[in-house]
Amino acid sequence: MKNFIRFENVSYSYDDNEEEYGDGKSQTKTVGHVDYAVKKADFSIEKGEFVAIVGRNGSGKSTLARTMNALLLPTEGTVLVNGIDTQNDELIWEIRSRVGMVFQNPDNQIVGTSVEEDVAFGLENIGVPREKMLEKIDFALETVKLQKERRTEPHLLSGGQKQRCAIAGIIAMQPECIVLDEATAMLDPIGRREVINLIKKLNKENNITIVHITHHMDEVSQADRVILIDNGIVLADTTPRKLFSDVNLVKNAGLEVPQITALMYNLRQKGIDVPQDIITEEEGILVLIELLKKGGAC
Amino acid sequence: MKITIGQFVPGNSILHRADPRTKFVLTFVYMIAVIIAENFVAYSAAIIFVCATYLCAKINIAKIIKSLKPLLIMMMITVVLNVLFYKGENVLLDFWKITIYKEGIFFAVKMLLRIVLLVLGSSVLMYTTTSVMLTDGIESLLSPLKKIHFPAHEIAMMMSIALRFIPTFVDETDRIMKAQKARGSDFDSKNLIQKIKSYIPILIPLFISAWRKAEDLATAMNARCYRGGEGRTKFKVLRFTYIDLLLTIITIILLVVIVLANKFM
Repeated sequence: MKNFIRFENVSYSYDDNEEEYGDGKSQTKTVGHVDYAVKKADFSIEKGEFVAIVGRNGSGKSTLARTMNALLLPTEGTVLVNGIDTQNDELIWEIRSRVGMVFQNPDNQIVGTSVEEDVAFGLENIGVPREKMLEKIDFALETVKLQKERRTEPHLLSGGQKQRCAIAGIIAMQPECIVLDEATAMLDPIGRREVINLIKKLNKENNITIVHITHHMDEVSQADRVILIDNGIVLADTTPRKLFSDVNLVKNAGLEVPQITALMYNLRQKGIDVPQDIITEEEGILVLIELLKKGGAC
Repeated sequence: MKITIGQFVPGNSILHRADPRTKFVLTFVYMIAVIIAENFVAYSAAIIFVCATYLCAKINIAKIIKSLKPLLIMMMITVVLNVLFYKGENVLLDFWKITIYKEGIFFAVKMLLRIVLLVLGSSVLMYTTTSVMLTDGIESLLSPLKKIHFPAHEIAMMMSIALRFIPTFVDETDRIMKAQKARGSDFDSKNLIQKIKSYIPILIPLFISAWRKAEDLATAMNARCYRGGEGRTKFKVLRFTYIDLLLTIITIILLVVIVLANKFM
C-alpha cells in the first residue's frame, strides 16, 4: 500500500492544546497569533521506506513524529495512517499498534522488570494470548539479538541494549512502521551502530517502514529519503545525496553536512574539481585517491 | 554474604517455587497461629515450624538471626517494660519501688519469642519471593475486589514500576551527588542539621528528574497501547501446584497443633 502515513496540511500548536481536551475540535483562530511547532506539513511516507527527519533543536521534528501515532493530534489538517484518521478515537490503538515509537532516553521507556517482561508489555496491552506471546517474544528477541539477556534486569543493560530492548518490545507487536524519536541521541558510538544496523535490517528484511529522527548526519546518509525541517516548516524532502550537495541549505537550517561532504565542499571552494554529491567516507576516499594520483602526475 | 531483613535470596527450593499467593496467605495464617499461641508447647511447635521452613528454603538461620540486630533495642525495651510492670501473684524480687513477678518474666520471654517468631516467619516470604512475583501475587489476590472498583491492577502496576525504577534512581542520586560535590557541596559534615541541609540540593533535582521520567514513561506506555487493566492478558501466570497444597497442609497442621496445645496443656 502506498501513502502509508499521509500528512495533509498538518499544523500543530502547543498553545491551544487545552482546548483539544475540551471539545476535540480545533476552533477559529488566526495563523498570525498562534505559535506553531509544525506548519502546514504536507507529504506522505510510503510503505517500506527509510526516512530520516533532521532539523535543529526545537525545529518541530519530535512534534511531527508524535503526530504519526496519535500521541499528538494535529491542530489543523489531518494525519492518515494506513487510511485511518488519527483523530478517530475508536481506532487509536489500532494506529498505535501499527506505528511503534522508540524514544530518546533509554531509561525512561522500559516498563518491565526484565527484558522479556518489557517485550511482553505491549503484547499484554493489546490482549495477545499467552501462548502466542511467548512465540512473538522469542521472535523479537532473536531479531534484536538479546536472547541471552532475556531475564536480565533493564538497569544492567548498556544504552544500545536498552534501545534494542525497546525496539524488541515494538517489533513483537508486528508493526508496519517504527518511528525513532532521536533514539540514538543518548548512545555511545557502539550503541548507535548497533541500533542503526538493526533498523536497517528491519527495513530491508522485514519490510518495516522506518522514520528516523536524528542529529547525526552519518546516520542520515543511510536513509532512502530525508526530510529537513526548520522552524516547523519542511525545507527539503529529497534524497540524502541531494540534500548534502546543497551545503548552504543545510548550514542555514543549523545543521552540519557529514564531514566528508564538508571536505569536498571546501575543496570545491578552493577550485579543485571534485564531485559534490559525496556522502559516505568510502566514496570520499576513492575520490581523494583519484585526486592524489592526478596530483602526483603534475 | 550479608543478608538484610526482607531481601530476596536467590534459590530454587520448594518455597522459592511456590505460588506467591499461597505464601502470602500462609504467612498470614502462620502469624495468626503465633499470636494465638499461649503456652510453651505451642511456642515450641512454632519454633520447630520456623526452623523447618528455613532449612527447607536453604537459608542459613544463624545469619538471619544476626540480621535481626536492628530489632535488638526494640526487643530489649519490650522485655524490660514487661519485667518491670507486669503484675502477677508470685513475687520474685522486691526492693525499693520495683517489684518483679514470676509471671512478668514468663510474659516477657513470651513476648520476645513472639516478636522473633513473627519477624523470622514473615520474612521467609520476602527471602523466597522476588519483588515481581510479590506484585503479581498481590494483584491476583486483590483482583476479586475489582468488582467493587478497587484499582487492583493499577496498584500492582504502580508497585512494579516503582520496583523497576529503584536502581535507576540509585544511579541518578549518585550522579547528582557527584555533580553537587563538584560544585562544592559538603556531605561529610558531622553536624546533623548541616548534614540534612546538604541533602536538599540532591532531593530537589532528584524529584524533578523523577517527574520528568514519569512523564516520559507515561508517553512511552501510551505509545505502546497501554490503557489500564481492561482487556489485558498476562505474560506471567501463577499456578497453584502440589507444592502449594503441601505447604498449605503443613501450615494448617501447625495451626491445629497450636489450637490444641492452647486448649489441653
